[in-house]
Amino acid sequence: MRKISSEKIRETVSALCIEANISLRRDILDAIKRALAREKKRIAKDILRELIENAAIAKREKLPICQDTGAAIVYCEIGQNVLITGDDLARSINRGVSDGYRKGYLRKSIVESPLDRKNTGTNTPAVIHTTIVPGDKIKISVCPKGFGSENKSKIRMFNPTASIKEIKEFILDVVKECGPEACPPLVLGIGLGGTFEKSAELAKAALLRAINRKNPDKDLDRLEKELLGDINALNIGPMGMGGKTTALGVNILTFPTHIAGLPVAVCVSCHATRGSEKTI
Amino acid sequence: MIRLSLPLDKEKRIKLKAGQRILLSGRLYTARDMAHKNLVDMVNKHKPLPVDLKGEVLYYCGPTPPPPGRPIGSCGPTTSSRMDGFTLPLLKLGLCGMIGKGGRSKEVRRALKSFKAVYFVATGGAGALLAQKVERMSVVAFRELGTEAMHELYVKDFPVIVAIDTKGRDIYEK
Repeated sequence: MRKISSEKIRETVSALCIEANISLRRDILDAIKRALAREKKRIAKDILRELIENAAIAKREKLPICQDTGAAIVYCEIGQNVLITGDDLARSINRGVSDGYRKGYLRKSIVESPLDRKNTGTNTPAVIHTTIVPGDKIKISVCPKGFGSENKSKIRMFNPTASIKEIKEFILDVVKECGPEACPPLVLGIGLGGTFEKSAELAKAALLRAINRKNPDKDLDRLEKELLGDINALNIGPMGMGGKTTALGVNILTFPTHIAGLPVAVCVSCHATRGSEKTI
Repeated sequence: MIRLSLPLDKEKRIKLKAGQRILLSGRLYTARDMAHKNLVDMVNKHKPLPVDLKGEVLYYCGPTPPPPGRPIGSCGPTTSSRMDGFTLPLLKLGLCGMIGKGGRSKEVRRALKSFKAVYFVATGGAGALLAQKVERMSVVAFRELGTEAMHELYVKDFPVIVAIDTKGRDIYEK
């Protein structure tokens, strides 16, 4: 057993919260730059330029890329030969989030009760996803998720006999309904299969993959490219002002499902799709 | 690019056209979901509001906390449509402009026309860039709401686009 202290986990989460919020993911920034080269429309080009400038200012001035520094979503891949010493895992992660959001001057956007709406003041609790994997390390990914885009995400339970055309239409409808409010150009995470909750988890986790990295499955890779093409033909464009860049990337994850169904979840993310990871 | 000072002059306001790009300088008040709910509750109970909205512009924004030595943190716009249901009573009090992101309801568009008010959009997710345009910030109401409190901002050359003008023309209407 390799021992990892809860204190180490806290420190790592804290640093990742700050880094993810001030430093735009390289793959996202590169995709915005490529989109700028392709765009013809003036307003679309201007907005993409603003986004590139915004990312540069954020990094230089250590300011959050976006004022919605999100709900903190924390993925932990825990090696089964790890022994966590000290505090328990959830508490160490939440202490790390609280610490990072305070030290990084990040916005605290979490309310205790969805109905009473009292702010917890710490941006905790985080949404924590853990998986046990082989090995003796812990890989931690912190993905702050803004709600302008989160509010536009959807799940539909299709019949098992649904055609790929119907599924594509649903995904395109989700994008059309987003309009400018989800802050296009978007990144879409799509979860196909599993169960109701599994498809949503897949859709969110799909956002973790760098958008310039191909889907390892040949058919899914083709589907991702087709969807991206169709979405970018919608002429929604940066901030809904029209143009060729409505989405920067489409990432799909799948899971085996039941003979009676085909869950499809679409997690909508914005041009400030954020994330930072570290293995300890 | 047109430069306008705040509060907005009525003559200049009614000449604005949807799609025009504007640099605003002067005073804005931030208000988002909870501040809107509180303001409209006060209106309904015939209580005086913490700030006089006559002639003012609201910015739908919940900034990040200011790091030491800065007036404000990151401060981009939030989704405006969530404020649609609260907008008419505020226009009745003389509010003459709003800044946010995304489209508005038909009701708001109609109200903007009848009250000769303007709806602007700023680039969503460009919070670090927009922070460079804010010179001063102070809390004027609902301090207990934290980021959702009403803040008074003084901005310089704050970039916006006219999304719905006083004639009811809307850039998102296709």
